[in-house]
Amino acid sequence: MRVLTTLAALLLATTASAETCATGKTLKEGVLTVATGNPAYFPWVIDDAPESGQGFEAAVAYALAAEMGFGADQVEWTRTSFDQAIQPGAKEFDINLQQYSITPEREEMVDFSDPYYTSAMAVLTTKSVVEAGASADVASLKSLVWGADANTTAVPMLTDLIAPEKAPLLYDDNADVTAAMQAGQIDAALFDLPTALYLSAVVLNDGALLGQFPADRSENPDQFGMLMEKGSALKECVNAALASLKDSGKLAEIEAEWMQATTGVPLIK
Amino acid sequence: MPTQTRRQMFEARQRRRANTIAAASTLAVFVAVIVLIPLTPGWENVQRSFFNGAVFAKTFPGLLNAFVMDVAIFLWCAPLIALLGLAVAIARDLRSPALYPLRLLAIAYTDIFRGLPVILVIYLIGFGIPGLGLPRPWNSPYIWGSLALILVYASYVAEVIRSGIESIHDSQRNAALSLGLSGSDTMRFVILPQAIRRVVPANMNLFVALQKDVALLSFIGPVEIFRQAGVYKSLMANFTPYVGAALIFLALTIPATRYADYLMNKQASARS
Repeated sequence: MRVLTTLAALLLATTASAETCATGKTLKEGVLTVATGNPAYFPWVIDDAPESGQGFEAAVAYALAAEMGFGADQVEWTRTSFDQAIQPGAKEFDINLQQYSITPEREEMVDFSDPYYTSAMAVLTTKSVVEAGASADVASLKSLVWGADANTTAVPMLTDLIAPEKAPLLYDDNADVTAAMQAGQIDAALFDLPTALYLSAVVLNDGALLGQFPADRSENPDQFGMLMEKGSALKECVNAALASLKDSGKLAEIEAEWMQATTGVPLIK
Repeated sequence: MPTQTRRQMFEARQRRRANTIAAASTLAVFVAVIVLIPLTPGWENVQRSFFNGAVFAKTFPGLLNAFVMDVAIFLWCAPLIALLGLAVAIARDLRSPALYPLRLLAIAYTDIFRGLPVILVIYLIGFGIPGLGLPRPWNSPYIWGSLALILVYASYVAEVIRSGIESIHDSQRNAALSLGLSGSDTMRFVILPQAIRRVVPANMNLFVALQKDVALLSFIGPVEIFRQAGVYKSLMANFTPYVGAALIFLALTIPATRYADYLMNKQASARS
């Protein structure tokens, strides 16, 4: 309910220029089609129900839509895989939020908005690995057997930040990574911090967070952008709306509401 | 030089006509493909996503490198598949009543593993058995993933070999037994040498399929060519690495299938 009232307030507060920016540039006239993952995970979307506006990305999408002049009832949700998001040809969404990291190579094929979240990378492991002597420094991390989700930028970061001694094992999604960890095939995996927190608290039986690489590290910051079709006319409108969400403090407010638990994880030396 | 008969002249004319039509229709199809596809409105996008020269050049060496893993998995699986397949085929042919349980087991095995999708078996064995709490290195996805491939493919190979065994006429078995050979010697020296030779082409096709299905092991962790291509795809938001991987697979599987066809033709002409 609270979200709805803030949305209504935002809707009234939007400027006339922002409202006209997106006109005629969306897939369906007067409707903003937003894509998320299938399934969408906590804390990005709560209970896999983005329509509720619950969860960081769901809330950001509704706030952004309001800023662009779309009411909550003018937001439609759809689901895509990563491959569907980058396939050539007409897209079935206006914007796609599912923790897509912005990289120069990806930007050659699709457009990204300015970043809406900068993520720390965290080391997910199990309590038994920690008891066996793994600690939050790079030297200790090197000797672990690593896993990662093959579709994320965690793969090159593993090589850059840790350079493990054994070749990492790669999987299709979070569920497979945790299955491998449960089976003892991998010791640790690299995830963005909110996802790692969720997996360690909810999915893994004896999950533990060994530490995090700070979000503001100078090389390779992991910044999430909204994915759009290459050359999308909507991009400037999205960026303008995002900028005003940042200026008004609304984005930080949403982040504080859904991402509060990310403090207290030790930094990796 | 003998003059041609009217029949020979007619046949030569027919051949020339068939060749001309074949050439013209092939040319027409090629021209249509080469000219028409690039005229489609989305071609430029498809080309950038699937046939991107820069991405191809950047990723191809890494893909070749990852393909070594595929070949290695294939090489250690193939002999084990052949052995297990042979053992199961022989078990299905056991005629002694006392050994019936073994025969029943072999039948159940081939029925189950031929009836399951390969990927399901890989998931069940690759994640399930290590999940029981095996210590390293015995919980490696390489071991259990390979076992999954071996179990599935050995069931197909067993059926192929069994069809070979059954194609040998019973009179040969009877003749061998009447010459004083034991049951196992009959199988070893009379039936199997002929049976296996007959099913070589069919088994070749199975091993070509195996070479492709090795890529399914990537689902439980190993970074072979398909997974490596997926990583590149994800990092560059471009599907070209998959095309590169496809070319590498084809470079191996096309010669292998051609060779299987050649063997099959040779066999067919030898029998006729």
